[in-house]
Amino acid sequence: MSTTTLAVLVPLLPFLGALAGLLLGRRAPAYVRPLAVLPTLTSAALATAVAVRQGGEGALTGATRLTPTGNDALPVELAFHLDGFAVLVAVLVAAVASCVQIYSTGYLRDDPRYPSYAALVSLFTAAMLLVVYSDDLIVLLVGWEVMGICSYFLVGHYWETAAARSASLKAFLVTKLGDVPFIIGILALASEAGTFRISTIVTRLTSPLSGFELEHPTVIALLLLAGVAGKSAQFPLHTWLPDAMAGPTPVSALIHAATMVAAGVYFVARLLPVFTSSAAALAVLAAMAAVTMVGSALAALAQDDIKRVLAYSTVGQLGYMTGALAVADRGAAVFHLISHGVFKALLFLAAGVLIHAAGTNSLAAMSRTGGLAGRAPDAYWTMTVALLALAAVPPFAGFFSKEAVLAAAEHAALDPAGGAAHTVPPAVGWTVLLAGLLTAALTAAYATRLWLLAFHGRGFAAPGESTASGESAEPGGNTAPGHARQPAVMNAVLWALAGPTIAVGLLHGALPDWFDGRTLAPTLTTSVLGTGLAAAGIVVMYAAWRHSTATAAARAPLGAVAAHPEAEPAVSEAEAIATHRAVYGDIAAAVDPADPGRLLLGPLHRHAARGFHLDALYAAVAVRPVLAAARLVRFLDREVVDTYVRGAGGTARLLGAAVRRAQTGNVQTYLGLLLAGSLVLAVAAALVAAGA
Amino acid sequence: MHLAYPAVLAVLLFCTGLYGVLARRNAILVLMSVELMLNAVNLNLVAFDVWLRDTLHAGQALTLFTITIAAAEIGIGLAIVLLVHRNRGTSHIDRLRDLAETDRTATDSDEATVADATDNPVGSPAGDPAGRPTDTRLTRGEATA
Amino acid sequence: MSATANLAASAAAVSGTPGFLSPTGVEILFLLVGLLTLGAAITAVTTRQLVHAALWLVVALGGIAVEYLLLSAEFIAWVQVLIYVGAVVVLLLFGLMLTRAPIGRSPDADSGNRPVALAVAVTAAAVLVTVVVDAFRTTWIDLEDGAPQGTTDVTGRILFQHWVLPFEALSVLLLAALVGAIVLSRRENGRNGTGGDGDGDGGTGSGTRAAGGGER
Repeated sequence: MSTTTLAVLVPLLPFLGALAGLLLGRRAPAYVRPLAVLPTLTSAALATAVAVRQGGEGALTGATRLTPTGNDALPVELAFHLDGFAVLVAVLVAAVASCVQIYSTGYLRDDPRYPSYAALVSLFTAAMLLVVYSDDLIVLLVGWEVMGICSYFLVGHYWETAAARSASLKAFLVTKLGDVPFIIGILALASEAGTFRISTIVTRLTSPLSGFELEHPTVIALLLLAGVAGKSAQFPLHTWLPDAMAGPTPVSALIHAATMVAAGVYFVARLLPVFTSSAAALAVLAAMAAVTMVGSALAALAQDDIKRVLAYSTVGQLGYMTGALAVADRGAAVFHLISHGVFKALLFLAAGVLIHAAGTNSLAAMSRTGGLAGRAPDAYWTMTVALLALAAVPPFAGFFSKEAVLAAAEHAALDPAGGAAHTVPPAVGWTVLLAGLLTAALTAAYATRLWLLAFHGRGFAAPGESTASGESAEPGGNTAPGHARQPAVMNAVLWALAGPTIAVGLLHGALPDWFDGRTLAPTLTTSVLGTGLAAAGIVVMYAAWRHSTATAAARAPLGAVAAHPEAEPAVSEAEAIATHRAVYGDIAAAVDPADPGRLLLGPLHRHAARGFHLDALYAAVAVRPVLAAARLVRFLDREVVDTYVRGAGGTARLLGAAVRRAQTGNVQTYLGLLLAGSLVLAVAAALVAAGA
Repeated sequence: MHLAYPAVLAVLLFCTGLYGVLARRNAILVLMSVELMLNAVNLNLVAFDVWLRDTLHAGQALTLFTITIAAAEIGIGLAIVLLVHRNRGTSHIDRLRDLAETDRTATDSDEATVADATDNPVGSPAGDPAGRPTDTRLTRGEATA
Repeated sequence: MSATANLAASAAAVSGTPGFLSPTGVEILFLLVGLLTLGAAITAVTTRQLVHAALWLVVALGGIAVEYLLLSAEFIAWVQVLIYVGAVVVLLLFGLMLTRAPIGRSPDADSGNRPVALAVAVTAAAVLVTVVVDAFRTTWIDLEDGAPQGTTDVTGRILFQHWVLPFEALSVLLLAALVGAIVLSRRENGRNGTGGDGDGDGGTGSGTRAAGGGER
């Protein structure tokens, strides 16, 4: 089989699996699990085969023209383009999707909606692979939107809880808000470049012979950037991502950490020449990345929900990737994308295990339950590895990829003229570099906080822990109620991902062959600076933790724990999400004086916990005017438009009442009126005849 | 002879009949007025036939037919009037208001009295005029018809 | 009628045909009989005595029969006398009798619809007279010349030569009317044995009903 055929099969298999799952899900439940896992696994194997065959050589392209496009000048083609970026990202996507599908068989083993869930995950995988392989902007857009709708459905998987319902709506609307400029940008780009083919556009832009230049590169780049910001959760459209944590943990791992949110970064990487042709776009990209990085890291320090910490961390790491793109180094961006995809998927999946073991998603509650590390050792060890990777401690994966980003930024800041043909303004480089270094410290800090609070909590003997979910919570325990051992399949997936988390970074020597050829090796200055800052963050956080646990010895008992020893892990999570606001008064934060993040952030904590009030700002700027307009329209409809309608009806009714009086039943009256009418007509006819 | 004489006479007779049809209360008098109208038309037919000297004498033949049909009509009409009178106890046209838009109050009094009048056997006094159901009248009317 | 005559006279003055001011004997006779007929008809529709109305109708129908004679429609005149005066009016009188119409003046002979009826009738008369006079003021019927128009011989000939099929169809219609009238006026024998009493009952009931209706 040729590489092209294999590549076609890669997105096709999960798609067929999704179709079969949707069709057979109810009738043949026994086939649902194989239908969910096997196509994705096969697809992962095929993607690896494609990557091996492609081997970093020149890009493979293939295209089939989709006939009825209506415009011969701008044909839409079912084309794909297999370069090093595409094949590696496809391997990542297929591998993480396989892990998540396997994990879900344990995590959602008794869920009545598992068939549709698995089918949607498969459909999502297919769409993401289509986006990765596609060479045509319209086909890419199709995959892009299919991902969006899958994300909407999957975030709303626990639709019984209000948080999940509103989160899915929010995710959908916010990403669509970015997608509208995105599609306009695509059309503008295609009409200027004269083709929808990405490879053609890139070739025309980069070839020194053609001399082709876009007429409005800044406008197009900014329009595209809006869609990218929506999809990749960059400031200011990032607010949907923390709320999207109301979905099941595997979904968060696959869609909202490893793959879909990376699609925006990947898209920019594919079309980087378009962005580099406009310095303004690069500056906006850098500013966006810097604000996103620092803000999300601060917000992550204040979150109580473990998954929201990870969500803000995802936003920040995506900020690193956009930062790398802002300094026009797409190799570093995709390198970080791959390593981040691996370790963040691991973090989320481990967090899912942890939530099940602890019976809560609240860090404040976890810090009061001792022995979590002992009860979920697999999660403990793999999560430690992944957190080290996140904090960019050498030699884990995150270190190398983050250093690649920082090195690229330093390169752009200090040596703007050298290197690539693109001219990146030094200010952009400096912005990314400084923000990246600051974020490195903050990232290490919140990773430490997460680790300390989750695994090194101390049980307290204070009885009367409030039990929010009534049924089977065990009162008075200072450890979480005994959940059974985690399903083996989930732990196996954790270890399977832990390997790449350690090892991916070591690929930095081989990867430039697959990418643009620029070196990805860490440079000395940034390595020392970055690692030093990370170490400082870790130390400061540890000290703060020691201090707060010591001083807040008499801290109030706090926590709500759900325990369902027999139920599937997803039940614990759904209950934790549903009860978090009721117990702690907020979906994101908890009133916990022992939180080291509170100590470190000081007065900033309150704002950081609420994502710096961006949601409130949106509510004031967009939501409330829209609601007011809706009320106005409602008023106009009910009171003004309906008045006419009611008036029409009332007039007819009045006329009817008047005419009704004529219905006396007296035949002579009827006949008299009839004849009178005939007379009038006869007179009229006679007059007309006489007049004529 | 001027054609205007019979024509005008026919018009006036017709309008007299028209007035009778619209103004008379007794159904039999209404039938009489209808006869007047028919006769006015007949007069017209004869006058025009004589004037036109039609070889087929269509006017006169039609007059004969009209007279025949009028006789049939008066027979059927009287039978209906008698039937109505037997069932309703009246041959007054303005009391036959079943076509009216029912407010249930304006016509009920009439119907109740009609029911009283027709449905009571000899010996039983109308002891409960208020509770008299109207459907007895209806069933009887339908059965008779 | 005099207004109509004036109108007709003024109209005739314009035309060249024999004028209205020099009427022939037939015309005078026609006019006189016409006046009588019209008067009888008006009385028939306005009198408060129901039986008198039927009798005045006899006069009116008889007058029309005379007009037929004057128009030389001899056979039709006799048919008119036979059927209308002889049969229909008798039938109507029977009807009045059977519905127990009050003998003597009845105050409620006219319905409340009378003003409307009057207005409609007068307007209709005005419109029709205007139109008819306007159309036929110069038209002259030549009664003296040519073959006889409506003798029994002529009428019988055309009736049974040209109009025989409608004539037969009409006989079927008469039969149907006969059957229908019998069916309608037949008593319900099967339903209750007191059918004979029912009619008498209806009569007495009618009296009480009228009283009750008055009270209400």
